[in-house]
Amino acid sequence: MKVLTPRDERDALRLYRRNPDAFPLAGGTDLMVLWNAGLLNKKTILDLSGLRDWSRIRETPKGVWIGALATHAEIRTHPAIRERFPLLVDSCRTVGGRQIQNRGTLGGNIANASPAGDTFPALAVYAALVHTVSDNDRRVMPIDEIFAGVKKTHLKAGELIEGVELQTPPNPPSRWRFRKVGTRAAQAISKTVFAGQLWLGKDKVVDDVKLALGSVAPTVKRLRHVETHLTGRALDGKTIESALRLLPGDIHPIDDIRSTREYRLQVSRNLIRSFLMGR
Amino acid sequence: MPAVGQDKLRKEGPKKLTGAALYVDDIPVKGAWHGVTVRSTVPHARIKDIRFLKGFPWKQAVVVTAADIPGINCVRLIEDDQPLLADAITRHVHEPVALIAHPDRSAAYESLKFVEIEYEALPAALTIEESLRKKAILRGSDNVFKQFRIKKGDAAKAMKKAWKTVDTVFRVPHQEQAYIEPQGMVSWFEKDGTLVLLGSLQCPYYIVKAMQPIFGLPEEKIRVVQAVTGGGFGGKEEYPNMIAGHAALLARKAKRPIKMIYDRHEDMAVTTKRHPAVVRHRAGIDRKGKLVALDIDVVMDAGAYLTLSPVVLSRGVLHASGPYTCADVDIRARCVATNTPPNGAYRGFGAPQTLFAAELQWENLSEASKIDSLTLRERNLVKIGSELSTGQILKESVGLKKCLEVVVKRSAYAKRRKEHALWNKKKTAPTWRGIGLAAVHHGSGFTGNGEVFLKSRASLSLTKRGRFRIEAAASEIGQGSMSTLSQIVADALGVPYEWIDLEVNDTRRVPDSGPTVASRTCMVVGGLLHAAARDLKAAILAKTKKFPKTETELQAAAKALAAKGPLRFTRRFEKNTDIEFDDKTYRGDAYGSYGYAALAVDLEVDRTTYEVSVKKVWTAQDIGKAINPKIVEGQIMGGTLQALGWALLEKPVYKNGAMINNQLTNYIIPTAMDAPAMDVVLVEEPYSRGPFGAKGVGEMPMDIPAPAVCAAIRQATGLLFPEIPVTPESIAEALRRKK
Ligand SMILES: Cc1cc2nc3c(=O)[nH]c(=O)nc-3n(C[C@H](O)[C@H](O)[C@H](O)COP(=O)(O)OP(=O)(O)OC[C@H]3O[C@@H](n4cnc5c(N)ncnc54)[C@H](O)[C@@H]3O)c2cc1C
Repeated sequence: MKVLTPRDERDALRLYRRNPDAFPLAGGTDLMVLWNAGLLNKKTILDLSGLRDWSRIRETPKGVWIGALATHAEIRTHPAIRERFPLLVDSCRTVGGRQIQNRGTLGGNIANASPAGDTFPALAVYAALVHTVSDNDRRVMPIDEIFAGVKKTHLKAGELIEGVELQTPPNPPSRWRFRKVGTRAAQAISKTVFAGQLWLGKDKVVDDVKLALGSVAPTVKRLRHVETHLTGRALDGKTIESALRLLPGDIHPIDDIRSTREYRLQVSRNLIRSFLMGR
Repeated sequence: MPAVGQDKLRKEGPKKLTGAALYVDDIPVKGAWHGVTVRSTVPHARIKDIRFLKGFPWKQAVVVTAADIPGINCVRLIEDDQPLLADAITRHVHEPVALIAHPDRSAAYESLKFVEIEYEALPAALTIEESLRKKAILRGSDNVFKQFRIKKGDAAKAMKKAWKTVDTVFRVPHQEQAYIEPQGMVSWFEKDGTLVLLGSLQCPYYIVKAMQPIFGLPEEKIRVVQAVTGGGFGGKEEYPNMIAGHAALLARKAKRPIKMIYDRHEDMAVTTKRHPAVVRHRAGIDRKGKLVALDIDVVMDAGAYLTLSPVVLSRGVLHASGPYTCADVDIRARCVATNTPPNGAYRGFGAPQTLFAAELQWENLSEASKIDSLTLRERNLVKIGSELSTGQILKESVGLKKCLEVVVKRSAYAKRRKEHALWNKKKTAPTWRGIGLAAVHHGSGFTGNGEVFLKSRASLSLTKRGRFRIEAAASEIGQGSMSTLSQIVADALGVPYEWIDLEVNDTRRVPDSGPTVASRTCMVVGGLLHAAARDLKAAILAKTKKFPKTETELQAAAKALAAKGPLRFTRRFEKNTDIEFDDKTYRGDAYGSYGYAALAVDLEVDRTTYEVSVKKVWTAQDIGKAINPKIVEGQIMGGTLQALGWALLEKPVYKNGAMINNQLTNYIIPTAMDAPAMDVVLVEEPYSRGPFGAKGVGEMPMDIPAPAVCAAIRQATGLLFPEIPVTPESIAEALRRKK
């Protein structure tokens, strides 16, 4: 195994351009699993620990900037995030256990692109923007567009995730909820994971609603069909049930070693229903 | 101050806490190469050829196949049916076929990619059902490795006369021991030809016995040493024989030490698991709720070879009727061969399988009779003078009633049941709640005449330097045996706990005190040491008149007493003449004593996700005497959590005869965050032949939670799951079906 240890951002981007097959190393919680399985034998590692600035979390005029190297523990304890982006706090709290939260980073979580990435539904309903950088380019992509499939992103060769931008919504939502349904109380891979925000207007009319699910498709899904159906309608049992019937158009759960298609679909439906009903 | 009954600090605790303890993979072994195993990939086939392909520098490696075995190709246990390396035929996926050693660990693993085995497929029986249907024949004419029958009275007639009867098929799956340290062994030959094995293991003398036929060596030329061992739970009872044989074969051919360490994936895929079982349980009660008939049929999946299955099955049948009296009983049990990796010892050893059925059946009887299951249990519990299914009359030390009373009271069982029933009626409640009960017994020590055949020996020495030294092959595997045995000896001698040492568990230095299994170490080995301590004390008193009071006095006395070597007293197990057991008819005193336990589980089922969250467990366990209460509580809490995992989380997924979720990411064992609050009460009904009254502790906690969990889920959801694990998926599906 060859390890490259750049001193700063410029150095890192230059080295990455020259070694496009290198594996960037952030917290290493995903990479160590590959390493243990022997999958990193003879590979090159690009150690990002020299990029100090990249772990910073700071408030911006429009919201919050989270450096790619910020850990789940740093995110879930940050005052501005706790105040304005509670769904992200709740999701970071469910990642692995304390040890994983202390090392694992948001950038690593995104770049790893697991269908079960627990922060993604929260990022999706906040319409998070992922900033990327390479030796000769900078790009900004909405979170739900960075994923290309299971464990695949649209990152180009030599391109790193620099950070994530969250914009504070003009009005706080009337209701919000994050819920992870894993295999056990900690160190669990999600069977389904939900995040939602709801803005109710007069007479319980839905002004706006943002819903997302993870682990029920190759990538995180905003539930556009369900959202569209709900928006502008009065939120009653009938509306909710008819919106829920559209759910299979938004997600594609499967049977696997951890759960069944049927369970994932049913529980996803239950999660959305109980959120919308305010239970 | 006496040591017994005190929470003495663990003898091995400081070393483990500070990281100074060396597990087998931590031990530097000069010049050692790494051994790896070539395994079959098909469940049943003729092996036509093994090819070592180009592309790997085979010259750097040593390769062993069945042809290199100097003696008999077997893993000797009860029988010799299991080959150490598959030769002409492979009978399960992952069966060892060849061994490779290389100086570099990753190169050794890399070499596996360059081995090709050519097979001619044979029909395979992968499940109990396929085995009974004779989809493939692996053993005799019907795949039955062993069968037992316990018959008392006339169960068929009694069933006909019963007021209410129930008939249910219960199923329990494999379970992985998931000890924290995977299997590992180091082996080398000494200049004088002695074969040495150093590893993670429970039963050093099993390995001595297993190596003899393979290498044609006499017992004296085999030396087995236990390294610090990171858990066993039965998983390191017999499997180490296999890995020891492999490491030794490589060491012999490579003429250098060999280290074989399994990683977690290999360990989970290939080593023994708890036997899956199907238990058809029929029971009848009379109008008073008295259990009048039991007709039970047990089938266990042994896997491809016999290993310890007959003994597991035996314990299973002996516990099948639960801790209750019933006049007319018929229990039939078989273990059958399947083309899957052999199953073996796991904490509880057959009893959790049959007790699951025995206990959960009370819920069905309760439904049939409209008498609650607690009342039914109370009417049938064993007490002193009761007769078990084998005709054994319980003469002493029966604390079951007390255990049940304690649990019912502390858990406010009746009150909670009522409250939960109300809560469950609320339409808007986010959960359903339930509380469930179970009661069990567990025979301490080996079954029947097992201890008599074992003839265990244990010694206590006074060394020249004035230390007392325990010499026994009892393996500390995290259960606290070092401390427990030291406390027994300390009080038998009347000296401080700190004066007691333990000899290294090395077959060259310690006598065969029997395997570290069957909840027997404290009771049986502790009993031998207690007797040896009395002998030693008498000998010291005879010489010194006044027993030494300080370490200085002891050192002075030792100089004289142990001048020519340690002053040693050895005790051998002696048959208890009050107990008789007939191995052929299964009549008589199956165990000298039983532990008893009751337990209640309070849980909630989430109505949105069907996840089960265990809120609290109350348990009371009659273990005779808690030599070290902290250790006993630890055993009970750990075993309880392990059993909660079996009941709710642990779902082994088998495909084509192999476990495919052989990783802790997908085979879900509970974490600390999954552990509920536990209220543990120790009940002490002393056993006259146990040291200070002690009986077995280790396994009972594993026997009892699963049926209590299912009973609680029954109250919560109205569904009785006769099969574990009860996962959120199975609850969701059952509720869908009910609609
Ligand atoms: C025991 C355990 C439990 C876990 N539990 C959860 C869980 O509950 N939920 C969950 O979502 N995840 C979980 N994970 C996965 C993992 O911890 C998270 O995905 C974590 O956020 C990864 O971050 P990291 O910094 O450790 O990534 P690393 O391992 O350092 O990197 C992960 C991947 O991203 C790439 N990468 C890292 N940083 C960048 C960057 N800035 N730009 C481009 N590419 C980059 C790496 O090359 C690698 O391919 C768990 C992992 C383990 C081992």
